[in-house]
Amino acid sequence: MFEDPTRLVLGLLTGVVFGFLLQKGRVAKYGVILGQLLLKDWTVVKIMGSAVVVGSVGVFALVDGGQASLHIKPLLLGGVLVGAVLFGAGMAVLGYCPGTSVAACGEGRRDAMVGVLGMLAGAGLFVALYSPLQPLIHAWGDYGKLTLHEWLGVSPWLIVAGLVTASLLIVWFVESRPHRREPAETPGARHAAG
Amino acid sequence: MNNPLTKTAWSPYAVGAAIGVLSWFAFATADHPLGITSAFENTAALAGQAVAPSLEETHPYYVDKAKEGESPKIGWEWMLVVGVFVGALLSSLSSGDRTNLKVPPLWRSRFGEGTAKRFVVAFLGGAVMMFGARLAQGCTSGHGISGTLQLAASSWLFVAAMFAAAVATAFLLYGKEGANNV
Repeated sequence: MFEDPTRLVLGLLTGVVFGFLLQKGRVAKYGVILGQLLLKDWTVVKIMGSAVVVGSVGVFALVDGGQASLHIKPLLLGGVLVGAVLFGAGMAVLGYCPGTSVAACGEGRRDAMVGVLGMLAGAGLFVALYSPLQPLIHAWGDYGKLTLHEWLGVSPWLIVAGLVTASLLIVWFVESRPHRREPAETPGARHAAG
Repeated sequence: MNNPLTKTAWSPYAVGAAIGVLSWFAFATADHPLGITSAFENTAALAGQAVAPSLEETHPYYVDKAKEGESPKIGWEWMLVVGVFVGALLSSLSSGDRTNLKVPPLWRSRFGEGTAKRFVVAFLGGAVMMFGARLAQGCTSGHGISGTLQLAASSWLFVAAMFAAAVATAFLLYGKEGANNV
């Protein structure tokens, strides 16, 4: 039932840093998540995009050096598509994603604590309905643990280089535009953002 | 005064880049991507087992997972979730950016003061979100960050469909005018 203590400590340590970063990134806040989904506040996309681009460079270097292996989720079209739509709708209603709802609990937010209880219920429902859900998950095809570089028949580094270049251009374009000065951008008001 | 730990907000690019480096650390030390929701599945499964031990032999979930060598456990990812709570707690304590909000202001501007209404909807939203995450085998972390950075086809598809559904739902809830209150 328990993994060995080294892995438990490593998991805890990694999580503490992750939670610290999510809170400092202000994504453990309902207003910031909904601000993204209403296309007004691009904090979530900036954080996720930077994490993906920086992460991909190091992870593919580790894989090339034999220090780690890829962990690819299978492309089960039914499970991924139906799951993604339910996930997106539920996230917009709750106002936190799974990681940020746990971080929001750390920040003290009561509605996130209720949301986490709901998440446990949703996980329980999935476990209970595991068998009857299998036809839905496997509907429309199982393409296995497919990666974009296998699919396109190119080196992963070509795609990583493309991501790095595209993201640098996007950041340069976005950040070189004159910023709108709104009251919400002042530090005091940001603090109160909910 | 310039201690970054006491700041309430860091640059989103810096935070994102640091999460990217953290995923190098996770792959290098534990050979594991960052992810949140399988820990919830494990917790629910362990709770079920605790209430009804016979499930382990009779329920297809436990039988299948045992065959795959992935019986429910308290592991690296479970501790990661505990750590996320602790890390956010430490960060908010260090900056004073803490709250005991029951109803977020944006929600209140659209749906009113009612705490019960917000809590019921948050519970249901959390349940639907987690159910979807387990169908798709990942969330904003497992697919959205870890999967896409490994160039997994499933993860890029998940992110596109999830974001489209989330934006559509948010606009259904708030409308164009509501969006101006952000």
